[in-house]
Amino acid sequence: MVYEVIVGGEPHRLELEKGADGWECRLDGKPVLIDAVIPRRDVLSLLVDGRSYEIKREQTATDLHMWVGSTRFAVELRDPRSLRSRQKSAGDEKGPRKIVAPMPGRVVRVLVAENSEVEAGQGIVVVEAMKMQNEIKSPKKGVVKKISATSGAAVNPGEVLAIVE
Amino acid sequence: MFKKILIANRGEIAVRIMRACREMGISTVAVYSDVDRAALHVRKCDEAYPIGPAPAAESYLRIDKILDVAKRSGAEAVHPGYGFLSENAKFAQACADAGVKFIGPTPHSMNLMGSKTSARQQMEKAGVPFVPGTSRGLASPEEGEEVAERIGYPVMLKAAAGGGGKGMRLVHSRPELRSALESAQSEAQRSFGDSEVYIEKAIVNPRHIEMQLLADEHGNTVWLGERECSIQRRHQKVLEEAPSPIVDPEMRRRMGEVAVKAAQAADYTNAGTIEFLVDQQKNFYFLEMNTRLQVEHPVTELTTGLDLVHLQIRIAAGEKLPFTQSDVAIRGHAVECRIYAEDPDNNYFPSPGKITVLLQPSGPGVRRDSGMYEGWNVPMDYDPLLAKLIGYGTDRQHAIMRLERALYEYFVAGIKTNISLFQRILGDADFLAGRLDTGYLDRLLAKANPAVASFVPKPEIKGLERIAAIAAGMFAVLDPASPVPKNGDTAGPAAAPSNWKQEGRSEALR
Repeated sequence: MVYEVIVGGEPHRLELEKGADGWECRLDGKPVLIDAVIPRRDVLSLLVDGRSYEIKREQTATDLHMWVGSTRFAVELRDPRSLRSRQKSAGDEKGPRKIVAPMPGRVVRVLVAENSEVEAGQGIVVVEAMKMQNEIKSPKKGVVKKISATSGAAVNPGEVLAIVE
Repeated sequence: MFKKILIANRGEIAVRIMRACREMGISTVAVYSDVDRAALHVRKCDEAYPIGPAPAAESYLRIDKILDVAKRSGAEAVHPGYGFLSENAKFAQACADAGVKFIGPTPHSMNLMGSKTSARQQMEKAGVPFVPGTSRGLASPEEGEEVAERIGYPVMLKAAAGGGGKGMRLVHSRPELRSALESAQSEAQRSFGDSEVYIEKAIVNPRHIEMQLLADEHGNTVWLGERECSIQRRHQKVLEEAPSPIVDPEMRRRMGEVAVKAAQAADYTNAGTIEFLVDQQKNFYFLEMNTRLQVEHPVTELTTGLDLVHLQIRIAAGEKLPFTQSDVAIRGHAVECRIYAEDPDNNYFPSPGKITVLLQPSGPGVRRDSGMYEGWNVPMDYDPLLAKLIGYGTDRQHAIMRLERALYEYFVAGIKTNISLFQRILGDADFLAGRLDTGYLDRLLAKANPAVASFVPKPEIKGLERIAAIAAGMFAVLDPASPVPKNGDTAGPAAAPSNWKQEGRSEALR
């Protein structure tokens, strides 16, 4: 397997091959001696050249983080041979972007109309959970192509609220 | 002693009260709303009854339904916990009328201490120091201007029925006063149905320190030491400790005696807390009384060796306090973190949802009062408090070191929590030096790159990015729930394909 792994904005090339005794790992071209065990879901015990790390995986509908000890890293994992993956990394700013609910809640207000122009960071929809109102913002400047959120509706995390192009 | 107690609450506090009951051989009755059927408090009780739909106003705040359950189950007493009906004098009265003992003060004491102006009048009578200002609502803007001139700006306008920052306005100078008063009054009217607003001197960067009390029904009242509660956000406490880093035995004794006097002025019984504002010269002023068990009661339990819930129940059953003031000794230090379902990357907005992974700390000097479990769906309808993690040690530094270690062991996935905030606070030089006031946390969060000054030496972070990169790849190849992006979608559980498919696709491309 070959992955492009982006950790804290820095891309790394990771090669993992199942060898005769365990995994063979190359990071950015250099071989790394590793041993890995998953003792339970989302927990990885990784030995790197005798050093022991407990890594926890945190994944939500929108992002992926690795906890190494108590340090948390935002991670993106891509298969560089996937065509769409390459296109995506070529230009995130182009093309439609989905705005998804980051948490379960209830839509309180829709702040913009379909086909209106929005700035990056402008509020699109307000979602309420645990008595707090959370403004969900546009990730880019563009035009609101579609609004699927309706006032009063319950939403689940990852559910598409609107699309900005 | 009671044989059966109804717990009119949910979450970690309901579980904590049930534990005390089980220790005392008392059976427990839980109530739950529709979304709480699988909640921990329903699993841990002896009997449980549904009381309605998710919104609190239709379930946990319904006095009639709760007393119905008390009658049906034969519960002899009700413990209200904190929040919900705990400070509602009407509920305490309704319990009395139904012949069920309310574990807390009498409705009379609750009424006296419930309104801020009425509490100030009581304190004035008892000679308890309170923040200079009026003890009655302002009759006119002119009266406000005159009082403000006398006590000096800045002043604070506060709703008599207030709480949670509603109906509160900080006024720096005379021209602002009139409009601030009007808006505070209308906000108070809207929020509490009562437009009474009074004025007091604004204390700049105060500390918030409170004194725990216990009073039996035979006239004995004791103080159990203070808690430092200055670390707050949006008027909500985040981290508390006992004792306070600035209170010495002499100041503790004076605060304790004033608190006892305040409670006696209101004929107070059971557990209660007097909140004080403390200025930079360590003058303390009565702020308000909380007529219930507090969220942060464990730090007092750890530093006094007493069990406040046991004592609440024994007092309510008519027993005398089993000790006197001179028996109370403060030993060691305890610090509590309130673990909230909040997203630190998104301005601490609530983060309800399903807990997919939960790794919990234990070991020496760690107490954990929790209402969550792995696989539980945290409902979006209630307060985001999930659990409390308390570190205890021989002194402040020892308690903090243990708490840091315990936080290192704590891991919650599926929802976001504020655990990382505590790692930041515990590594902050001002916190370690005990330089705290109610503005502390906002200042800390405004710093972009916090200096880390922990008591515990930290491993190098450099190089850990590489470990994170390898780990992400190993998770993807080893764990079937792998979040490898399909068709270039952003990583996420919804996008997780099967490894076989992924493997096959890579093979085909070779």
